[in-house]
Amino acid sequence: MSGRILVRGATLPGGERADLLVEGGVIAEIGGIADAPGAHVIDADGLIALPGLVDLHTHLREPGYEQSETVLTGTQAAAAGGYTAVFAMANTFPVADTAGVVEQEQRLGRTAGYATVQPIGAVTVGLEGEQLAELGAMARSQANVRVFSDDGFCVADPQLMRRALEYVKAFDGVIAQHAQEPRLTVGAQMNEGALSGELGLAGWPAVAEESIIARDVLLAEHVGSRLHVCHLSTAGSVEVVRWAKARGIDVTAEVTPHHLLLTEELVATYDARYKVNPPLRRAEDVQALRAALADGTIDIVATDHAPHPVEAKECEWDAAANGMVGLESALSVVHQAMVETGLLDWAGVARVMSETPARIGRLAGHGTALAAGAPAEVTLYDPSAAGEFDVARLAGRSANSPYLGRRLPGRVVATLHSGYATVLDGVVRDAHEVAGLAASASNGGARG
Amino acid sequence: MRHLLATRDLSRDEAIELLDIAEDMAAVQEREVKKLPTLRGKTVVNLFFEDSTRTRISFEAAAKRLSADVINFSAKGSSVSKGESLKDTAQTLQAMGADGVVVRHPSSGAPLVLATSGWIDAGVVNAGDGTHEHPTQALLDAFTMRRRLHGAASRGRDLDGVRIVIVGDILHSRVARSNVWLLDTLGADVTLVAPPTLLPVDPSGWPARIGYDLDAALAPAPDVVMMLRVQAERMHAAFFPNSREYSRTWGLDDARFDRLPPTTMVMHPGPMNRGLEIAARAADSPQSTVREQVANGVSVRMAALYLLLSGERGDA
Amino acid sequence: MARAVLSRADIQRGLTRISHEILESNRGASDLVILGIPTRGVVLARRIAETIARIEAEAPPPAELAGSLDVTMYRDDLARTRTRTPAPTQLPPGGIDGMTVVLVDDVLYSGRTIRAALDALADLGRPRAVRLAVLVDRGHREFPIRADFVGKNLPSAKHERINVRLDEIDGEDAVTIEGGDA
Ligand SMILES: [Zn+2]
Repeated sequence: MSGRILVRGATLPGGERADLLVEGGVIAEIGGIADAPGAHVIDADGLIALPGLVDLHTHLREPGYEQSETVLTGTQAAAAGGYTAVFAMANTFPVADTAGVVEQEQRLGRTAGYATVQPIGAVTVGLEGEQLAELGAMARSQANVRVFSDDGFCVADPQLMRRALEYVKAFDGVIAQHAQEPRLTVGAQMNEGALSGELGLAGWPAVAEESIIARDVLLAEHVGSRLHVCHLSTAGSVEVVRWAKARGIDVTAEVTPHHLLLTEELVATYDARYKVNPPLRRAEDVQALRAALADGTIDIVATDHAPHPVEAKECEWDAAANGMVGLESALSVVHQAMVETGLLDWAGVARVMSETPARIGRLAGHGTALAAGAPAEVTLYDPSAAGEFDVARLAGRSANSPYLGRRLPGRVVATLHSGYATVLDGVVRDAHEVAGLAASASNGGARG
Repeated sequence: MRHLLATRDLSRDEAIELLDIAEDMAAVQEREVKKLPTLRGKTVVNLFFEDSTRTRISFEAAAKRLSADVINFSAKGSSVSKGESLKDTAQTLQAMGADGVVVRHPSSGAPLVLATSGWIDAGVVNAGDGTHEHPTQALLDAFTMRRRLHGAASRGRDLDGVRIVIVGDILHSRVARSNVWLLDTLGADVTLVAPPTLLPVDPSGWPARIGYDLDAALAPAPDVVMMLRVQAERMHAAFFPNSREYSRTWGLDDARFDRLPPTTMVMHPGPMNRGLEIAARAADSPQSTVREQVANGVSVRMAALYLLLSGERGDA
Repeated sequence: MARAVLSRADIQRGLTRISHEILESNRGASDLVILGIPTRGVVLARRIAETIARIEAEAPPPAELAGSLDVTMYRDDLARTRTRTPAPTQLPPGGIDGMTVVLVDDVLYSGRTIRAALDALADLGRPRAVRLAVLVDRGHREFPIRADFVGKNLPSAKHERINVRLDEIDGEDAVTIEGGDA
């Protein structure tokens, strides 16, 4: 296939129909295009074209936990889900708390070629919550880190959190907080409420999330810093963020696809596929999160893609690992939870799944509206496809998806990254092919 | 009955059938030959991931009196104590041809996972899972109440209108949960009394009255007072200040016991902390059913094993 | 279609004759225990005990003569059918040691129920002798077992069903046969 791709008859987020000519890593032309000699033509009749999706919260597991996921398989999952960029969380082994680790992570992503891998740096050394990691060195490294997070753990010490918020101001960084008061959640297994009492599972109370968010927005206000809240899961958290934004505090917030769709009732099966942190909450919380995403209180959708091997889920609930894979299903879930319900249009989807996450993470070359001259990061989605979400839709190494066997609308037909296709006809392209395309695209980029 | 996982799933008729069969089993326990040939050739595995000698012995006696072969498998402290061990162990038992698995596990829901995983064909009896359920304990408690109240005329009876007060660490008690669902199904009137820290955060869905005042709950002279064991580690996690305050406020001490009419049954699932949740005099009085509960446990577990292991496989 | 084979009067005559034969072979009603096998055998045992009390002046009252013997736990087909609900076993106050026990069942067929009953009896004590009384003997034995007292011999085909219906349980006294035309 040559370097030219003609996308014919796609529907843009705003609703207008257009052809897109992709060439030299950018969208060369958009509108009615009569002919493009030598171009590979993608028939996009009935497909929605979105700017390539950007995930601010992905666990790629490499280095250290390659039995669950690698940078290669994780970015394949990303491409399958229409993502062209992922922010890789720092809880690898070794932890991404030095310039060396984040640079390695980014390099692995570039070599694989499926998506831009933007490393997130740890806030504290070893995620241990005691001593600040080398935030400045990571920011100045090749990886150009701007988002810092101890995700998996909360930066619980208020003094340490204050210092982190203040320190990253020097390079326009942001602290992404996993809001979980540790003492209130010792041994926690599921949302605390009527159901946890009946199932005999230790509760994870909403207040453990809300109290940390409340503390952090006040700290951010006090020191004049930027705060990002990971995976908001409760109606109360929405209220706190809404209050903070009204006050002018520089806070952004994310919600996961699963918190927009699934509720705690699923835990009654004791099927560990539904075990996740923060836990699935009540239907009221789901409604509040949807409304907040629609009105902008919550800024973005982030997957918290968390692959685990089979043995971490095929076991008793207490012993199971937290987390779900989410990259491959995210767009379909958002379609069901937000678009089918009329809460968000496709322009809104582009905003919360591409434009705003790239802006929060200060990631150049992504999250740009589809226009002539914009980087060729494009997702083509068929909203009319329907059926059961099955294991064939999973492209990563792990299968811990809560959606297997569930009806989900739509599917990603093609993903274009750096001007070449990583997914065509709904199929993730071969790794060698994509690596070759990535290598020649970066050479071409060097020439241009 | 394919599995016995929770009293919550039992209908009134199923519960009464099991209690009635337990009456037949109890009659066998009174004869000279205490053994029945019923489960000859069947293998019952006692799979205990948590120590409980008394529960294991009770199930072992029940299985042996039905002529089943019994294998005791203590998975606690073995090299694999977490994660995949449940699956590995289940597959081992499957290969050994276990017909019934009696499982005690510290994780809530583990017996359900075992029963629905497809790892094993055996019938599963929940012998206590985490802080979730302990169905045979609740059944033996109901059996004990019914026998005390109706004697030889117990067969076919429920517990309609029987007033029961359950006192203590409701939050962490699988015995309390199983009892609440079963007693409600059988028509009893249940009141739970505990310090607020030892109640679930939202018990609105529980078919029981909730109170903090033990004296108020005992004033109308309930038919049954069930005292739950209080674990010392709760004290260190600040669920209550100390044992003195606990026993003074929520213990069945001599003064409270003396105010009860002689018809009120005093129950305890054991093992007891004498002097903490229950005074020695109450525990050893004729009103106490503690020793009957032990004997009845064998009868009820025989009934459960009979219902699970006789009949065709797949018989719902 | 069900076809009537024994009427109310036939059943009563059969039980009366069985009662006389029991008394004759036992030389009276002493050291005698009549044990019915649930469900309908228990009713028949009770009727036999009542008949014996009427015809034999020195016979003990029916409650001390008759009882029930449940054989569920001793069956050899527990894994082949759906789970059976057992019924209580009730022995007369004198027990069975040294007594002549007459087992009573409604229909004698394969003999497997009686095999189970003999095992159950052995776990309860040591009778001097065990006899068997049945309302209907339909043949097709699978064990070396025969009845000592028979109300009616009713040769039948294996695919036929014999239904015994009794007042105390079914609201009528009748024995019918079904499936003969199949
Ligand atoms: Zn997190």
